[in-house]
Amino acid sequence: MKPATLAAALLLAALAVLALAAPWIAPSPEALDLMARMAPPSAAHPLGTDELGRDILARLLHGGRVSLAVAGTTALLAALIGTAVGLWAGYHGGRADAILMRLTDGVMALPLLPLLIVLAAVDPAKLGLEPQAANSEAFAIGRIVAIIALVGWTTVARLVRAQTLSVKARDYVRAAVAVGATPGRIMLRHILPNVASPVVVATTLSVGNIILIESALSFLGLGIRPPLASWGNMLTGAMTAIHSAPQLALWPGLAIFLTVLAFNLLGDGLQNHFNPRAHT
Amino acid sequence: MILSRLLQSLAVLLAMSFVVYGLMGLMPGDPIDLMIAADPHLTAEDALRLKALYGLDRPWTERYLRWLGQVAQGEFGYSRLYAKPVWEAMLPALGNTALLMAAALGVALAVALPLGILASLRPGSAFDHAVNLLAFASVSVPTFWVGLMLIVLFAVQLGWLPAGGMETVAAGGGGMGDRLAHMVLPVATLAMAGIGQYVRQMRAAMIGEAGHDYVRTAWAKGCGPARVVLNHQLRNALLPVTTIVALEVGGLFSGALITETVFAWPGMGRLIYESVMGNDFNLALTGLLLATAMTLLGSILADLAYRWLDPRVSLR
Repeated sequence: MKPATLAAALLLAALAVLALAAPWIAPSPEALDLMARMAPPSAAHPLGTDELGRDILARLLHGGRVSLAVAGTTALLAALIGTAVGLWAGYHGGRADAILMRLTDGVMALPLLPLLIVLAAVDPAKLGLEPQAANSEAFAIGRIVAIIALVGWTTVARLVRAQTLSVKARDYVRAAVAVGATPGRIMLRHILPNVASPVVVATTLSVGNIILIESALSFLGLGIRPPLASWGNMLTGAMTAIHSAPQLALWPGLAIFLTVLAFNLLGDGLQNHFNPRAHT
Repeated sequence: MILSRLLQSLAVLLAMSFVVYGLMGLMPGDPIDLMIAADPHLTAEDALRLKALYGLDRPWTERYLRWLGQVAQGEFGYSRLYAKPVWEAMLPALGNTALLMAAALGVALAVALPLGILASLRPGSAFDHAVNLLAFASVSVPTFWVGLMLIVLFAVQLGWLPAGGMETVAAGGGGMGDRLAHMVLPVATLAMAGIGQYVRQMRAAMIGEAGHDYVRTAWAKGCGPARVVLNHQLRNALLPVTTIVALEVGGLFSGALITETVFAWPGMGRLIYESVMGNDFNLALTGLLLATAMTLLGSILADLAYRWLDPRVSLR
């Protein structure tokens, strides 16, 4: 394993532990202290406080918890949709393939961020949701997961389809057809294991991208909304205070940058591991 | 071939307009609610009458078809935020975005292509590793944070450059130098985000070409290194890079949304964002469809460029 891959894996493991332990390390990310706004680092607040006097370290940890949970869930959901579409299109071919691939091309051709903004601006009340449920933490997270997954499955779908096309012509698949295995069984037992490694690589690489998209949406006020902390919306606060407290913008951005970098390096390392020849 | 691609794009655009029209109806507030909020004298009966007058009591599929008919006649409606016809609000934004994006693309290519070529000459060297890490950093860094950090450094701490806008709003305005000063930070932000992918493409394409017979022939017949690399290898290696750039041109008109918002640059991305947030339905709808159309056009352009540059490839 390359040292960069190892470092990335260790960093992500440390982040995961910190995110899981956040409620015990820093129990109150939403506690206001209006007397100590934008305070410099001290023993009580190791990274200082933000524009409302909240502890920055606590918000970073809780924000990381949210960002990682959102990105992980979204990547898995997108991989699941993409794999299903790709397997179905590749295995059945013909009209199903043509329709699904046109759909994939269509979604891929859309301008991502403007579309996500419109999706994120949809009023849950007009979808018939109770205000109580619409304001819950679970809904806020589920909503962003759903809209990013809705447009994020296309890369995996294409990969899986291409791989399925080549695998389904192999002798062992034809043998399975000959002994009367059902299409579902063939897809899940014989084809899926052979298309898994590119899906793992693509999904790892996509986590970084999803963190970038989520933080951008949260930054614009359309993703995870305050008081719930996320790395993106911490930067929104920092931007409004940029002249009085420029130091606020440093930590959340650095956290996003390092996490995304780690996921990209890990994905690259996995790619080398699974398919050393494909890499120059 | 090109005709079928155009028809396909038109179908995607039509489907997109249907979906987005539906989504607009699901956004908070509707035009009549906004009128009521603006004018307390309106009664409930007035609101109902207005709804009937504007056809808002009809089902949304029917309204969509009517809207489509008007768009087909070139009638895009009126922008609520700008109090102008949609086109008049959009044209300056289009120009501003094109200026910003073209400058950023130029800077990104000017930095990335030489770096990618130099890195490809000695794969595995310390320089190659450094360039690779830079490329990873560039694709991993959040654009809006780069923008904020540049503002903190150059506008807040050093005070060298303006933090946002297109020119100094003062008596007489700023002139050419002032406008250029306003462009530096947003262009640098956008370029930094683009460099990574160009470096990686350029490097991979150069290494891919290096193994070909014609390159070995060129070395064998005694060409100098500069001639082999620049005249032989580079000309072929630029093909895939051109495709990426052509795809990028499609995103030109909405791709800078975040950077434009951070730097208050009055371009298309910011226009779309503000029209969605400000319930300006006509503007948001037209802006989004224009951005989609440009993206689709960019991908057709990429295919055409590829086929023109490399006659061995034919469109599927």
